[in-house]
Amino acid sequence: MRLVINWAASCGGCDVSLLDCREVVMSLAEHDVLYWPVALDFKQKDLKALEDKSMDFGIVNGAIRTSEQEEELKIVREKCKVLVAYGSCACFGGIPGLANQFDRESILRRAYVEAQSNLEGQEVIPKPETEIDGFQLTLPEFFDSVKPLDRVVKVDYYVPGCPPSSSTIEEFARSLSNPPERRFFASDKSLCHDCPRNQTKGAKKIAKINRPHELKADEECLLEQGELCMGFATRGGCGGRCISVNMPCRGCYGKLPAMVDVGDAISTIASITGNGEDYIPAPKIFDALNAVKDPVGLFYQFSLPSSLINSFSADRSK
Amino acid sequence: MRKITIPNTRLEGHGRVDILLDDDGNVKDAYFQVIEFRGFEKFCEGRYVEELPRITPKICGVCPGAHHMASSKACDAVYGVNIPSTARKLRELYYNAHMVHSHILHFYALAAPDLLLKNEEAAKRNIFGLIELLGKNVVMEVIESRGYAQKIQEIIAGHPIYPVSSIPGGLSKPLDEEDRKNIEEMAKKLIEFGKKGLEIFESLILRDEEIKNLLEEDLYSHRTYYAGMVDSNGKVNFYDGRIRAVSPEGKEIAMFDPQNYLDHITERVEEWSYIKFPYLKNVGWKGFVDGTDSGIYRVNSLARLNVADGMATPLAQEAYERFYDYFGQKPVHNILAYHWARLIEIMYSAERVLELAVDEEITDRDVKVDLGKADGEGVGVVEAPRGTLYHHYITDRNGVTQKVNLIVATVQNNAAINLSVKKVAQNLIKNGKADEKLLNMVEMAVRAYDPCLACASHSLPLNVKLHRI
Repeated sequence: MRLVINWAASCGGCDVSLLDCREVVMSLAEHDVLYWPVALDFKQKDLKALEDKSMDFGIVNGAIRTSEQEEELKIVREKCKVLVAYGSCACFGGIPGLANQFDRESILRRAYVEAQSNLEGQEVIPKPETEIDGFQLTLPEFFDSVKPLDRVVKVDYYVPGCPPSSSTIEEFARSLSNPPERRFFASDKSLCHDCPRNQTKGAKKIAKINRPHELKADEECLLEQGELCMGFATRGGCGGRCISVNMPCRGCYGKLPAMVDVGDAISTIASITGNGEDYIPAPKIFDALNAVKDPVGLFYQFSLPSSLINSFSADRSK
Repeated sequence: MRKITIPNTRLEGHGRVDILLDDDGNVKDAYFQVIEFRGFEKFCEGRYVEELPRITPKICGVCPGAHHMASSKACDAVYGVNIPSTARKLRELYYNAHMVHSHILHFYALAAPDLLLKNEEAAKRNIFGLIELLGKNVVMEVIESRGYAQKIQEIIAGHPIYPVSSIPGGLSKPLDEEDRKNIEEMAKKLIEFGKKGLEIFESLILRDEEIKNLLEEDLYSHRTYYAGMVDSNGKVNFYDGRIRAVSPEGKEIAMFDPQNYLDHITERVEEWSYIKFPYLKNVGWKGFVDGTDSGIYRVNSLARLNVADGMATPLAQEAYERFYDYFGQKPVHNILAYHWARLIEIMYSAERVLELAVDEEITDRDVKVDLGKADGEGVGVVEAPRGTLYHHYITDRNGVTQKVNLIVATVQNNAAINLSVKKVAQNLIKNGKADEKLLNMVEMAVRAYDPCLACASHSLPLNVKLHRI
């Protein structure tokens, strides 16, 4: 089997997750991996030199944010029969996608001009072309927003997770030789379905939304303790790793197939909040709203670029 | 005039080296550029501060644990709390396992091919090539040992690449006795593996004349300042301590509490790279030059050893002494010594994991304190695998983040990496002749620093405004 593994706007954790699977590393040694910048010394010219559709699989992690990443993604697409979006950034935009909430100028200024440790008075911001002694030094061009892979090219399979769990990876690796019909390597059911704390659920209402450090009981359903655990709206497959250490799910496996948008979860939370009242008076609504000061960061932590509010806002800004 | 561009491989993230040749084909200048960019400082604004120990590890998937630790320490400081002793020990245990994972990954998967397979063609110079050279069993042992380090992190933090258990005020979960026993067993195996790594360095690398010469010659050397964290006895510590900086002659020029970092470090911006160029404020920026007058300083394994008085565990201390005996000087300035220093640090971390795993307090159930209102500002600092890592948060009274400043490890080596690629390129590339092996020797100058470009480029410019829902 002939493979290409590439990264775009990513942290490297997806590549580490592959290296963490001993079986996967050993089986990669049996295959021809013809491009994998983090581990092998093939350069972009070698990737370009491959014949079109000569690779069986292209596995790409990270989201797309620069011209260079988009160009490489298109090359990988051309060279590969099957393209796999690997990890939450490739599938949904991931955590770096939270940047879609801010404009370009303020992000640049924060890093290069305003940061407390910067040289005072220096107002230099990196730019695409710099001339030094008659030579051009270039930096890639940036796009207006972080995009998941399928906004740029056709994606055949999705392997979600930040990073994908070892069971997800093993299932995916096994399927390389016999590609399945389903396109998502995750459960169609919610994480609650696999959660060991599911049995503790009592269909209770939540009196107050709590923050993770306010958690009291170790073994009970986090949502019913008032934690904004996103497990009920998130595909299973991760093995409940955050919950295993008493921390709420933040949705890295993506929304359930039946949901239109991750934001659907907000109405679910609204419907179970309150002390059993049918009617909440206005001042209490403000209290409830105040309790969630960062809805984008909590509900869309891994998925803002693939969400409806992202496209809505992108259209509005035009 | 001609430009040679090397897209970097076998390191974390997107970088490249541009070598500028004059009309005779000799190197006029060389630049190490980081060509990616995200926006963590900005997009962390408005988030609950306790989400940052979950969000900031996504800066880097190779050293997520470093960001998880620095971030939760900054959160503790924002709330003005001291965490319970057991929580502190568990974090340190977790964090030393993290160092083992990261150093194993860099040394064996990314760096060792340069040292052991340097004369092989590019297609063989990688981890799979090592399987052929060292045998499947040795490579399996490497993978297995890294697996133990990952497993220990998973037990404490939920997942090795996505750690979540460290929160303001301590940890979300105490350690069970069964898990403790498991960690103790794995730590013992890691100690054996640590010894083996040092043996491999002695028997395979130090006996290779070519590499030995490179380690001892001037080609890969620079005289710069060094900075790193030390404990109250002056020994290397990754989780907590004070920052010591030493001059190229080894003289202490600063010793400061991490929260006072702004008194000592300033960052410059160059328009041709997306990562900044920190330098020692009190020495000053003199351009891309080394020496006592230039404020360029270095971090990461070699720097930590250079600033410290030794290692806090016996086997690592022995290896530390052997290291300085070999070079016959301190500080050591040769960047290929970073690799050796990493193996000494694996030894230390493995020993430290075991010490903590048998600490009688380690399974205590008291691992978090209640928080009051946020104090509004906090700095959290650890030694990341790649050097000192600073997280600095300003929040409102509710713990909602207002400002974030980050100085990551790799950025602090940025100026020095530029010095190194230029020096190696200038010495090796003559009359326009630069074959693939020579260019790889230039890249070796980058790899020695184990730069993490995802870490370094935590900024991303974007144009889309979103309306808060």
